[in-house]
Amino acid sequence: MPEWKPEILRRLAPLKLAPAREAEIAEEVAHHLEDRYQELLSSGHTENASFRTTMEELQGEDLLARGLKPVERNLHRQPIALGKGGGNFLGGIGQDVRYAFRMLAKSPAFAAIAILTLAIGIGASTALFSVVNGVLLNPLPYPHASRLVALYGKAPGYDQTPIAYPNFLDWQRDTHSFSSIALYHNEDYNFTGTGEAERVSGYMISADFFETLGVKSVLGRMFRADDDQVGAAPVVILGGGFWERRFGSSPDIIGRSINLNGTSYAIVGVIPSSFRFYGQDRDVYTPIGQWNDPSFHDRRTVFSSGMVGRLKAGVTLSQAKADMEGIARNLASAYPEADKGIDATLVSMKEDIVGNVQPFLLVLLVAVGFLLLIACANVANLLLARSMGRSREFAIREALGASHRRVMRQLLTESVLLAGLGGALGLLFAFWGTKAVLGTLPGSLPRASEVSLDPRVLLFTLSVSLFAGILFGLAPALKTSRVNLQEVLKEGGRGSSGARHRLQGIFVAVEVAMALVLLVGAGLMIRSLAALWRVNPGFNPSHAITFDLSLPASSTASSAETRARLRHFDDKMHNIPGVQAVSVTLGSRPMIHNSSEPFWIEGQPKPANLQDMHQAMFYLAESGFEQAMGITLERGRFITPQDNEHSPVVIVIDDVFARTYFPHQNPIGKRINLAGFDVQAEIVGVVGHIKQWGLDADAKSALEAQFDYPFMQLPEKLMPLAADSVAVVLRTKGDPTAVMGSVRRAVEEIDPREVIYDVETMDEAVSNSFAARRLSMILLSVFAALALVLACVGIYGVISYLVGQRTHEIGVRVALGAQRRDILQLVLGHGAKMAFLGVTIGAAAALGLTRLMASQLFGVTAHDPLTFTGVAALLMLVAVAACYMPARRAMRVDPMVALRYE
Amino acid sequence: MDRAASTPAVEWKKSSAELLILSLVETRPRHGYEISKLIEQRSSGAVRFHVASLYPLLYRLERRGWLHGRWVEKSRQRRRRYYRLTPQGRRVLASQLRGWREFVHGINRITRRITETENA
Repeated sequence: MPEWKPEILRRLAPLKLAPAREAEIAEEVAHHLEDRYQELLSSGHTENASFRTTMEELQGEDLLARGLKPVERNLHRQPIALGKGGGNFLGGIGQDVRYAFRMLAKSPAFAAIAILTLAIGIGASTALFSVVNGVLLNPLPYPHASRLVALYGKAPGYDQTPIAYPNFLDWQRDTHSFSSIALYHNEDYNFTGTGEAERVSGYMISADFFETLGVKSVLGRMFRADDDQVGAAPVVILGGGFWERRFGSSPDIIGRSINLNGTSYAIVGVIPSSFRFYGQDRDVYTPIGQWNDPSFHDRRTVFSSGMVGRLKAGVTLSQAKADMEGIARNLASAYPEADKGIDATLVSMKEDIVGNVQPFLLVLLVAVGFLLLIACANVANLLLARSMGRSREFAIREALGASHRRVMRQLLTESVLLAGLGGALGLLFAFWGTKAVLGTLPGSLPRASEVSLDPRVLLFTLSVSLFAGILFGLAPALKTSRVNLQEVLKEGGRGSSGARHRLQGIFVAVEVAMALVLLVGAGLMIRSLAALWRVNPGFNPSHAITFDLSLPASSTASSAETRARLRHFDDKMHNIPGVQAVSVTLGSRPMIHNSSEPFWIEGQPKPANLQDMHQAMFYLAESGFEQAMGITLERGRFITPQDNEHSPVVIVIDDVFARTYFPHQNPIGKRINLAGFDVQAEIVGVVGHIKQWGLDADAKSALEAQFDYPFMQLPEKLMPLAADSVAVVLRTKGDPTAVMGSVRRAVEEIDPREVIYDVETMDEAVSNSFAARRLSMILLSVFAALALVLACVGIYGVISYLVGQRTHEIGVRVALGAQRRDILQLVLGHGAKMAFLGVTIGAAAALGLTRLMASQLFGVTAHDPLTFTGVAALLMLVAVAACYMPARRAMRVDPMVALRYE
Repeated sequence: MDRAASTPAVEWKKSSAELLILSLVETRPRHGYEISKLIEQRSSGAVRFHVASLYPLLYRLERRGWLHGRWVEKSRQRRRRYYRLTPQGRRVLASQLRGWREFVHGINRITRRITETENA
C-alpha cells in the first residue's frame, strides 16, 4: 500500500503551517487518496495504474499549496514563540503575553514575590510622585496661575513683611507690571442671628481680590470699588462651603443679611465651594476698605496682611520686581518717616505656597528612586535564578530554530508583564499609602488636598513599570542569550556558569549599597529630629496649651470694661481644677505668631523714622505668663498683678536683648522708649530667650531680642485691639487637652457669646514648626526600612539559591573531610563578601549624596561618622543573618545524598 | 480548479462549486471523498473535483462558518472528517439556490425563445 503522507507533507511544506494543522490536512487528504486508490484497484486496475491515477488527483506540483494558501493564511501559522523569527509582530506579542501568563501561573510563589516586591517599589514611587505632582508640578488651581505673584514689603530684618494700607493703595495705583494687586487680611467674625453663634473664618479683601485670582461667583456679584471704601454699606461675600453648611445652598440668599460681630452685612455674592487660597477656604469675605480704624489708614502702622497680584501678560517676575522697587523708592522719598528702607519682595505665588518643601520632596524622590532600583535588582535576581533553571527550555527552543532575539523578547515580555502587574498593585498601594500618610499627618504639606492620582501620575506609573520591567528583565535576557546551547543540553539541565553567579552577586551588592544610602539618609534625619527635640525652646511646651478667645463684638467697650472682663476670665480659669497658671496674651506667641515693636534706648537720640529704630519681638503678658509658658527668670522680677494700668510701665527683657543692647551692664532699672506703644518703660527683669522662630531657625533670624510687656498696661489707643479677641496660655497639671472641656464651660458661663478657637498644645506648636522635616523623616525611614527588607530578601534569595546549586560541591567537600564549620564559613563568607562590597560602594555614594540634604539636617553633619558606621554595621549584621538560614541548610548537607544526585 | 482544462464544466464549477458542496451536505454530514464521489456520480462524470481543489474549498467554507468539520471515529474504520451544514450555511444555501433557480429559469426562457425562433 503506498504511503501518501510524505508526498502530501512535501507539498504542504511551503505553507509553514502549524505542525498540528499540517498533520490534520495530510491525514484527511491521505484518506481521500487511499479511498480513490482502493476504488481503482477494486474496479480492476493494476496497482501501478491505480497509483498513477490517484497521484493525478494531486495534479500540479504546487496546486495544493496554492489552493490552501489563501485559506490557511494567518490561521494556523507555526507558534512564533517556539519558532523562528519573523512573522506577525503584534500577533507574536499577544502570544508572548499569553505564554508569559502561563509561565507565571506555573510558579505562583515566584510570581507573588516578584509582583509584591515590584508593587512596593512602584507603589512608593507612585505615591511620592503623586505628591510631587500635586505639590510641585501642577499649576495652582486658578486660571493662568503662573502669572500670580505674592507681594511683600521688605524691611531691615524682614524679607517678607506686610505693608501699610496707604502704601498698598499706592502700589496698586502706580504699578505698570501688574494688571491688578489685591490685599487680604485674616479676620474672623462672630456670626450670630440664625441658630447657634459661631466663630466664622473670614478675609477682609480689597475689591479686586477674586478678579485677581480669576475666581467667578456662583451667585450674585463680587465687590465693586465703591464697596471698598469707608462709609460704604456693609456687604459680604459668602464662601461656598459656608453657604452650603449654614444656608443649605439656598439660591435666594442674595440681598439677605447676616450678622457679623453685631453688624448687619448684606450678602452680595457666593463663591464656589472648591475655592482654596493658600490651602484654606473662608466662610466670609468683607471689603477691607470699609475698615474705619484710623491706624489702619495710617502709613506708619502695619497690620498683618498679604498681597497677591496678577502680572500683565508677557511681564516677567524680575521686570515686575524692578517696577515695584521703583515704586517703593518713590514712596520712601515721599514719606521718609514711614517708608524709609521699605522695599518690595516678589515671589511667585506657587513658590510662596510650596515654600520650603521642595528640597524635602526632591530628596524623598531620590530615595524612592533607590527603593525602586532595589526592587528591580531583587526581581532581576529572581529572574536570573529562574532563567538558569529554565536554560534547558531556552536551549531546546533555540535548537528548534527560535532566534536569540526571539527568546529574549519572550523573557522581556515576561518581565514587563510582571512589572505591569506589580505596577497595578503598586497603584493600589500608592492610593492607600498617600491617603494614609496625608491623613495621619495633616498640615505637613502645602497643597496636600490637591494630591491625587491624576492622568500624569498614571502615566508615570505606566512608564516606571515599563522601565522597571525592561531594566530588570534585560540582564537575565542578555545573560540567557549568551548561553552555550550544547553545553546546557549536555549538562542535563543543572544550569551553571560562574559568570551568572557573579552577576547575582553584583546585583546584591548594588542593592545593599542603595539600602545603605537610604538608611544613612533616614539615620541622619532621625538624628536631626532627635537633636531638634533636645533643643531647649526657651519655654516649657509640655503641659501648656494655647487658644484664641473671641469676645463678643464690643467696639464701644471701654478699656476699663475690657480689662475687667479679662481679669474675670483669669479668675474663672484659676478656679478650674488642674489649671496651674494662666495668662492672657497678645503680640508674639512662639512658633505661632510674630509681632515686633520699634524702640530706642533712653539717653540715645530718637531716630528720625521707625525703620532706623531697633526692633524687638514683644509678648503681652500677665503675671501668670512666666509660669504658664515655663520661661526662666534670670534676673530681677517678672510682671506682677501690681503692674497695672495705674502703675508705671515696666518691661521684662530676654537675655539676648540684654546682651545686644546692654552689653556688660546691668539692664535692670534702664528705660527704653517704645515707639508704637508711645510709652517709656523701665526694665525690671531679664528672662531666658524663647526660640520664637522655631527650634532650628532661631539662630539665623535677624530679630532675636524680645521683651514681655504687662497686658494691663497696654496703652489706651491699643486697648481696642484686645476688645474683640485675645490669646490665652494655660499650664495644667496633667494632660492640657483634658481641661479644655472645663475651660469651654467656664467661658460659656461668663458670656455664651464668647468663642474659643485655634486650640493647640504648645507641644503641637513646637512639632508643627518642623512638620515637613518630620514627614520627610517618617517617609525616609519607611523607605529605608523597606529597602532593608528588600535587600535582606535579595541576599537570602541569592545565598539560598547558591547553596542549592552547590549542594553537590558541598557534598564533595564534606566527603573530603570539610568540617561543618568550614561550610558555614564558606556560605556566610560569600554573603558577607557581597554585603561588604555593597556597604563600601554605598558608603561612598552616601558621602556624595547626603550633601544634597545638608540643608535639612540639624545638629548633625551630612557625614556623621556615627550614623555611617552604625548603619554599615546594621546592614552587615542583617546581611549575615539573612545568609544564616541557607548556611545552616548547607551545613546539614549529607554527602551521600548530595552525591547520589548525580 | 484546473485552469488548463477548458471543458464547459470548468466555468460551471467555478460559480457553482460552493452551491454543490453545500447542497450535498444539506441532508447529512459527509466526508471529503464521499462528496467528490457524489458530485462525479450525479453529474455522470461531467463535473469532477480533484483533491487539490476540493479541500481548499472545504476549508474555506468551514472558515466562513458555513460548514463544520469534525473527526469521527467508527469502529474498525479509520477516523474520517465529516462536514455538516451550519445554520449559517443553511441560510446561504437557501439564498444561493433561489438565485440559481432564477438564473436557470431566465436562461431557459431565453434559450427556449432562441430555439423557437430558429425553428420558425
